[in-house]
Amino acid sequence: MSGTPIRPDPVFTADAVFFWEGADRGELLCERCTGCSRLRHPPRPMCPHCRSTGREAVRLSGRGSVYSWIIPRHPAPIGFAEAPVVVLVELEEGIRLVSNLEGVAFADVRAGLSVEVAFVPTRGGHAVPVFRPRGSTA
Amino acid sequence: MSRRAGAGAAIVGIGQTEFSKNSGRSELQLAAEASRAALEDAGIDPADVDGMITFTLDASDEIGLARCLGVRDLAYTTRIPGGGAASVATLAQAMAVVDSGLANTVLIWRAMNERSAYRFGQPIVPASGGIMNIAGAGTGSLLWCMPFGAQTPASWEALTSQRYMETFGVTNRDLAPVSVAQRRHAATNPAAWFYGKPITVEDHQQSRWIVEPVLRLLDCCQESDGGVALVVTGLDRARDLRQTPVRIVAAAQSIPFEVEVISNYYHADLTVMPEAMGTARRIYERSGLTPADMQLAMLYDAFTPQVLKQLEGFGFCGRGEARDFIQGGNIELGGRLPVNTNGGLIGEAYIHGMNNITEAVRQLRGTAVNQVPKLEHALVSCAMAGAILGRS
Repeated sequence: MSGTPIRPDPVFTADAVFFWEGADRGELLCERCTGCSRLRHPPRPMCPHCRSTGREAVRLSGRGSVYSWIIPRHPAPIGFAEAPVVVLVELEEGIRLVSNLEGVAFADVRAGLSVEVAFVPTRGGHAVPVFRPRGSTA
Repeated sequence: MSRRAGAGAAIVGIGQTEFSKNSGRSELQLAAEASRAALEDAGIDPADVDGMITFTLDASDEIGLARCLGVRDLAYTTRIPGGGAASVATLAQAMAVVDSGLANTVLIWRAMNERSAYRFGQPIVPASGGIMNIAGAGTGSLLWCMPFGAQTPASWEALTSQRYMETFGVTNRDLAPVSVAQRRHAATNPAAWFYGKPITVEDHQQSRWIVEPVLRLLDCCQESDGGVALVVTGLDRARDLRQTPVRIVAAAQSIPFEVEVISNYYHADLTVMPEAMGTARRIYERSGLTPADMQLAMLYDAFTPQVLKQLEGFGFCGRGEARDFIQGGNIELGGRLPVNTNGGLIGEAYIHGMNNITEAVRQLRGTAVNQVPKLEHALVSCAMAGAILGRS
């Protein structure tokens, strides 16, 4: 990527700040319950299984597969030079994440396509996780 | 009071403003005009309203509206979250309120200038930074979508529906019968924005992509200015009022674990609509009725794929079968199951689902412009809530 980033910054809410701070460091994080060790996304202050408020951020493998994909054409998304491929990625650890898919033509995207995480900058100096086909060079 | 729970309420009045792209007056005025019309329709003095229900997203407040209508002594108010998912949920709430005796004359309203005052379908950049969308306020975990360019209801919905369409081999062209049917219905409905403007499958296919490969322009509902109101009271009293009462046979909400209104990406299988299935189970159980007992379905149609998924969720056809079910005029007037006979949110107006409820009421009164013959029961759905309405 060249030029000044124009992608929108993420919104740092109290319960999700760890995720975006991790992204700033180039780490894909997920919330894990310290009571029952289950992962959860989106983040929340209580485990829905054991109701513990104990939580920790754990690093994910960054590997997953494409679950669904679209291109928003109109209105043009704010903060993108070209319409992005928006994907729902199913991560190896069983978490689904909304993100972008880069490095593959829209016509070539398939359900189950193996992808891995990369980080791209945002307008305000932060970073967000996007995905690229596994084994491709960025 | 000795009414059996859930069996004793009726819709006795309906009202609406014109549906436009620029109302030229405040949302509160639209709310007041629609409410006045609904109470006039019912033959009830507005002073006697004692319960008020609307959406959390409605910009007019209860006291402001009560001041317009001269409501003497309000006994109950509440608001329902979830954007359009509030629409049919207002009926469940009104039924419970009337049955419990908390209030006797419940006014439900929704009024919006979502085309002229703000664009419901478009993202905005607030002064505080970031990106927001009024349509999404409080309806899901949208902060996980915005930085990735999914910034509109159309894109949020499409990301879910793409999985459904991919799984069952549904193409965008396969969605066209929904728009064609509803625009046919709107074409003969003078209240519809698209009155006199039917479309063909080719028109649908030539409309521009909104979200590729799921939604073209003609798969999307309108942005509209307008107001709609309903009056609910006890069935015993309803029989003495001006109109033939329309009975709320059953009404329920269902919000299963990990299901969201629109950024609905976190439940197990996105090819099904667990909220519709949960709502269906409750209303069929409570009424003893089945899908075969419905002669009309008013299904929340912000986007065409939602109609297919609701047809499956409410049991009108099996999983993945809606593509075939909607073919051949089956969901048009005169078909096997007429759907959205006013034109729906696509053809008539987008008043957040409320104008689909008023159409069911007109149909059951026998006063609809696109009247379904021999109508006994109508399903009204916004997926997270649903109701079976019937002749009293």
